[in-house]
Amino acid sequence: MENKIKIDFDKTFKNYSSNDELDFKKNNLENFIKEGLPGRKLESWKFSDLNQIINKNIGELNFYIDQSKENLIDNALIIKDFDHNKIVFINGKVEELDFSFEDKDKVKILKEFDMSIKIKSKNSLLNLNNAFCKNFYKINISKNYTMNKPLIIYHVSTNNISSTTLNSQLNFILEENSSLKIVDIYEDKSEKNFINTFYNFILKENAILKNFKIDKLQNSNIKYSYNNIDQLKNSVSETFILSNGSKFLKNEINCNLNGQYSSAFINGVFSLDADKHHEIRTSVNHLVENTKSYQLIKSVLDDKSKSVYQGKIYVSPNAQKTDGYQLSKCILLDKNTEFNAKPELEIYADDVKCSHGSASGSLNENSIFYLRSRGLNYKQAKKLLISGFFLDVIEKITDEEIKSFIKKTMELNQ
Amino acid sequence: MDEKNLDIIKDYKYGFSTDIENIKAPKGLNEEVIKFISNIKKEPKWLLDWRLQAYKRLKVLKEPDWQKPKYPKINYQDLYYYSAPKNFNEKPKKLEDLDPKLLETYKKLGIPLDEQKRLNGIAVDAVFDSVSVATTFKDTLTKHGIIFCSISEAVQKHPDLVKKYLGTVIPITDHYFATLNSAVFTDGSFVYIPEGVRCPMELSTYFRINASDTGQFERTLIIADKGSYVSYLEGCTAPMRDENQLHAANVELIALDDAEIKYSTVQNWYPGDKDGKGGIYNFVTKRGLCKGSNSKISWTQVETGSAITWKYPSCILKGDNSIGEFYSIAITNNHQKADTGTKMIHLGKNTKSKIISKGISAGLSDMTYRGLVDISPNAENSNNYTQCDSLLMGNKCGAHTIPYIKNKNSNSNIAHEATTSKISEDQLHYCQQRGLNPEEAVGLIVNGFCKEVLQQLPMEFAVEAQKLVGISLEGSVG
Repeated sequence: MENKIKIDFDKTFKNYSSNDELDFKKNNLENFIKEGLPGRKLESWKFSDLNQIINKNIGELNFYIDQSKENLIDNALIIKDFDHNKIVFINGKVEELDFSFEDKDKVKILKEFDMSIKIKSKNSLLNLNNAFCKNFYKINISKNYTMNKPLIIYHVSTNNISSTTLNSQLNFILEENSSLKIVDIYEDKSEKNFINTFYNFILKENAILKNFKIDKLQNSNIKYSYNNIDQLKNSVSETFILSNGSKFLKNEINCNLNGQYSSAFINGVFSLDADKHHEIRTSVNHLVENTKSYQLIKSVLDDKSKSVYQGKIYVSPNAQKTDGYQLSKCILLDKNTEFNAKPELEIYADDVKCSHGSASGSLNENSIFYLRSRGLNYKQAKKLLISGFFLDVIEKITDEEIKSFIKKTMELNQ
Repeated sequence: MDEKNLDIIKDYKYGFSTDIENIKAPKGLNEEVIKFISNIKKEPKWLLDWRLQAYKRLKVLKEPDWQKPKYPKINYQDLYYYSAPKNFNEKPKKLEDLDPKLLETYKKLGIPLDEQKRLNGIAVDAVFDSVSVATTFKDTLTKHGIIFCSISEAVQKHPDLVKKYLGTVIPITDHYFATLNSAVFTDGSFVYIPEGVRCPMELSTYFRINASDTGQFERTLIIADKGSYVSYLEGCTAPMRDENQLHAANVELIALDDAEIKYSTVQNWYPGDKDGKGGIYNFVTKRGLCKGSNSKISWTQVETGSAITWKYPSCILKGDNSIGEFYSIAITNNHQKADTGTKMIHLGKNTKSKIISKGISAGLSDMTYRGLVDISPNAENSNNYTQCDSLLMGNKCGAHTIPYIKNKNSNSNIAHEATTSKISEDQLHYCQQRGLNPEEAVGLIVNGFCKEVLQQLPMEFAVEAQKLVGISLEGSVG
């Protein structure tokens, strides 16, 4: 791999003159080559050996992708009857940035390379992303500005690429009192690619971020997505993950509660079948007093699928009065399914309220019996129970418009 | 003795050491030392080969480093692997034959070796450093066909049993410390309960670490044959030492069809002084195998001592309908560190396991619960319930919970919950209002917090353990 990646790197960046950015990329490339793709020897990849998964499903990866010509945006993919701003990635390249519903002075889009907002994390996939991502967009929401419409980020891949890694990265800065809603939608036409996405959010005082990640379309790609969220005083972040369509998907949320009274909510739903393997790994760091976090992850597994939840609540010695909660539940429908959980508490302060719970098992036979005695057949009863199980999480979504949109995508009846 | 020294001794009740000349194997770890140990114990060839095989593997193994409590690197070449009180080459037949100094030591420890203590109904196989001192109550046990002796004696007298079961639960191909033990283990207890026998008394071993620079490598093997029952107690106190001492014991339990083993531990080794100097490294491998159907293994532990405790008593639920239980209280104070928990591996159908873990950390200490519940695809209809609660006293300590939960069977259920909190002001206020001083109030509340586990201990231990909980937390309030 080492030679190939170097050749691909030189090919991708042959027009770049030497500068800070290129040095940064080269450093990251070296780091990635040294560390390689993460495998089960790393604690954070214990349950999902990415190296093995890529070897098995993709084989050798290409790192070069011809981005010289413009890709046409297929209008059929764009969601109708729903006013929204949009960013469209096609094969990892930003083709459109459209904030037409917003005040032009209030939303600033910068393309310059800015070292100061880089995510700091020891992660070889971040190195890979930094090395190959072409533009580090920075989107700045001005002070006291609330976006009129949500922002939908389309991640599109076309059917003419294969065995390739697609790296994309976005940075968002939410100034004081601002608010942003993001919906991520994956539209994959391609097969057998590795899609590596990093988001970095900086939330200033009183800022509100809502991020909904929807992976619905059935596809055979391998995906990794990482959100870093830094929060200052009184800020709120809400993350919702629907993990359903991809062959493999790992969502990682790293949340640093740096300001008092800041809070983080992470909710997720796995609905898997057909040999899929998905993971959510969260790490919520309570670093100052009076912060709050809440996590609820539910998963329904069918037909040889596998889901993993690794959640960590870290409470630093000065983060007194922390309130941390974690709950993961799983229903295993089929014999060959597997649920792995590692809900972790790491606590160094005494005046805290932290708890976690995890439960997994089969559908409750008593509930099925009850519903059948009311005249439903087995299939209907099962469906009703599962939608009820999921709705528990969906109802936590604080945005009505998006909540009903997600209910519609998941075909959940009220 | 000046006042300062007296104070130190007062702090740790069992902090004294007996001056007996020791026979020591040459310092260091090599094939010669292993042969020396094997030779001095007059072991058969198969056991020596087994030890050497373990040593061969040890040489390629790496010491694990993933654990939370870090410790300075141990120089394994700088330890004595065998040390025995000199006049023990010929084992005494009667208590009177024992070195009077040794008897005195046990008296200070309060071990019931003499006649009067026999009324307590405990048979004692006392381990002084590495050699079994004396075994009492032999007659009663022999009548039932129960074998309770040191493992070196068992190697001589019951080689078939030892050969059949030794290393079947903790093989020589296991992790670093277990393999180290397999290579150099010196002594320990051996228990065999024949078919259908219910052991009429609690069996008990007191371990004692004495000679300086001596790593203790006990090996305990308990076999409960079909339909039998045994309750085994293990209690530890160690003399005060300035250097860190390593203790890497292996405990193997095997329960055949319908058998039940209850294993209780109260561990109160020297935890080091207030500044974290000295103390025992307790790196113990304890594992039980529910081999037969309807068998049951239950671990109960009260961990209050040691500078570093690093152990995971585990159950392998292989037989159908077998049951594994783990009840634990771990208390850390000052600079103590504990990384403990359990593993429940469900292999058979209809297997059940229950984990209740209570952790209390005070002072500058650090405590981790780390556990694994693994339900394999064939373990139909299995159930696990886990509860781990942590209590923090003061804001300089840490309490962590790291459970690994793996469910690979759709007919099986796993439930896990964990909480972390501190003693509520309301409860403290209420107790103080009733006339208790703050320390007593904390003691009462902590005992209530631990009650679920303390209840599982045999009577004799429960009282001792309850006191120990109070003593361990002295000075942590305010």
